[in-house]
Amino acid sequence: MATTATAIGTLPLRRPNLVAICAKEAKYEFLKNLRFPMYSVSTVVLPLMFYVLFGLVMGRQTIGNISTTVYLIPAYGTFGVMGASLFGTAAGLASERGLGWLQVKRASPMPIFAYFFAKVVMSLIFSTVDVVALMAMGMAFGGVHLPAVTAAKLLGTLLAGSVPFCAMGLAIGYFASPNSAPAVINLFYLPMSFCSGLWMPFMFLPHFVQKIALILPPYHLSQLAFNVVGAGQGGAMAIHWQTLAGFTLLCMGVAWVGHQRDQKLNG
Amino acid sequence: MPQGIGGNMDMAKPQLLPKPARTGAPASEPWAKTAVAKFESVSKNYGSVRALSDFNFEVRSGELVALLGPNGAGKTTAIRLLLGLAKPNAGRMTVFGGDPASVDTHIRVGAMMQVGRVPETLRVREHVDLFSSYYPNPLPISETLAIAGLDELKDRKFGLLSGGQKQRVLFALAICGNPDLLFLDEPTVGLDVEARHLLWDEIRSLLRRGKTVVLTTHYLEEADALADRIVVINKGRVIAEGTPAEIKSRTAGKKIRCVTELPLEVIRKMTGVADVQTDREAVVIQTSRPENVLRQLLQLDLEIAGIEVSSAGLDEAFLALTREDGARA
Repeated sequence: MATTATAIGTLPLRRPNLVAICAKEAKYEFLKNLRFPMYSVSTVVLPLMFYVLFGLVMGRQTIGNISTTVYLIPAYGTFGVMGASLFGTAAGLASERGLGWLQVKRASPMPIFAYFFAKVVMSLIFSTVDVVALMAMGMAFGGVHLPAVTAAKLLGTLLAGSVPFCAMGLAIGYFASPNSAPAVINLFYLPMSFCSGLWMPFMFLPHFVQKIALILPPYHLSQLAFNVVGAGQGGAMAIHWQTLAGFTLLCMGVAWVGHQRDQKLNG
Repeated sequence: MPQGIGGNMDMAKPQLLPKPARTGAPASEPWAKTAVAKFESVSKNYGSVRALSDFNFEVRSGELVALLGPNGAGKTTAIRLLLGLAKPNAGRMTVFGGDPASVDTHIRVGAMMQVGRVPETLRVREHVDLFSSYYPNPLPISETLAIAGLDELKDRKFGLLSGGQKQRVLFALAICGNPDLLFLDEPTVGLDVEARHLLWDEIRSLLRRGKTVVLTTHYLEEADALADRIVVINKGRVIAEGTPAEIKSRTAGKKIRCVTELPLEVIRKMTGVADVQTDREAVVIQTSRPENVLRQLLQLDLEIAGIEVSSAGLDEAFLALTREDGARA
C-alpha cells in the first residue's frame, strides 16, 4: 500500500502505513487483554497451577521412561497454548462483533487485516509466556534439564501449533453470541484437552477415547511437542503437521462462512 | 482556502485579469455548496423489512443536516449505508463521489455510532491513539482530547467513565482523523441535559472548522438547536425537508390545552388551527399560531379555564407531518 502511495505521489489521499497500524493494533490488543484478569490470569495461571499440582507436588514419578516433570511441560504447554489462542480470538471477536465495536472499527479506515493480525499476535504473546513459564518452573523446581535448542524447538513447535486454534477461535467467534462465547469455547476446549491426553497420559486413556483423539488437533500438536522432549510415541511427524494444517484450513473456511453471514445479516 | 485568496491577489496584479482567471481552477474551491454525499432513489431491505424506500437525500458541503425521525424510521440504516457498512438493494449512493465502503472514503469520514460495548480496559488516550493511527493526517492526540473535553480523563479506563464521558470518547474517535465529513448517530441519546449541551457545543465547534455533519436524532429540540437543514423521515421515506423554522411551522408547533364549552367544529374553523381533539374534560388544539388562536378562544368563551400552552412534542409533529404526507398521496 505504501508503494502505491509513493508511486502516484500527487494523490492528496496518502494512506497510512499498514505495518504501523498492525503494530499499534497488536499493542493495544495485548494491553486490553493483559488488564482483563479473566483472560490474562486464567490463561497463564491455569496451566502453571496444573503443572505445580500434578508435576511438582505429586512427587517424582515417571511416565514410560520419562519423568513426569518433563512429560507435563509439552502436555500443559499444549493445553495453555490452546486456551490462550481460543479465548484470545473467539471471546473478543464474539463480543466485539455482537455488541457493535467491530462495526465502529469497520466504519474507520482500519484495514480489517490489522484487526485479526492483532488478535493472533496477542494470543502468540500469551502462548509464549505460558510455555516459557512452564519450562522455567520445571527447570527451577522439577529437576528438568532442557538444552537451549530443545527449549527453543519446543516453544517454536507450540507457537506454530497455536495457529490452528487461533483459526478455530475465529470460527467460534463468528458464530457464538457475546454471552455464550466463553461457554462454547470451554465446550470444545476442555473435552478436547481431556481426550487428547493433555491431563492424563495418553496411554492411560480408555481405548475408545484414544481412537477419538486421532481426529482431535490437540492430540496432534501434543505429539509434536512430546517428540521434541523425547516423550513421543514415535512414528512420522509429518502426519501431525498435515492434520493441523488441514484443520486450520477447515476452521478458516468456517470463519469465512461466518464472515459472509455477518455481512449478509448486517449489510 | 488561504491559497485561493492570497495566491489570486498576487497574480491578479501583474496580469490585470479579474474574475475569469480564477474559473480555471474549480478544484481549489472546495467549499462551494456541492453535494458531498448523495442518496439517489435508494431502497434497503432487511429480510422482509423495508428500512428505506426510494430515499433521496443529499448532504452539502459545510452544512449540518439533521435526519429526524422516530425509532425505526431508517435513520441508522441511512448512516450505515453512508459508511458502506450496508449496501443498498436498489438505487445509487456516493460519498465524496465514490464508493462509501472504500478506504479512500473512510479516510475522509468520521463516525460516531451507537455501540453496545467498547473495550473497557483501555484508557481514553489509548483509544484515541489507536484510532488516530488509522488516518493519514490525524489531529494531534492532545488536540482531539481537548476538543472532546477529555483532557482530565485521558488516563482513565473506558469502563470507569460515566455515560456522558463515554459518548465524548466516541465523539473523540469520530473526529481524531480530522475528517471532512462526520456522521453522528444519535450522539446524545441517554445523556442528561448538561452532557447534551456540552456535546452540542462540541458539534458546533466542528462546523466552525468547516466540517460537514450529518446527525440523526429523535429530538426535534436537538435538530432545531444544531441543524442548518432538517430532513424528517418516517418509515424509510423523506416526509419533509427544510430549515428548522420551516419544519417547526409545518408541524403545528404549539399545543393549547383548555377546558371550554365551545363545540369542536367551532374551534376547528378558527384561523390557525391545525387540529383539535378532546382529551378527557379538556380539548387539545394543535396550532402554529397560538397567540391568534388564544385571542379567538378568549373572545368566544368567557368561561374558558385551565389554559396551558406547550410545544408540540415530536409525536404530534410526526402525526401532523405523516397526515399531511398521507393526504397528499
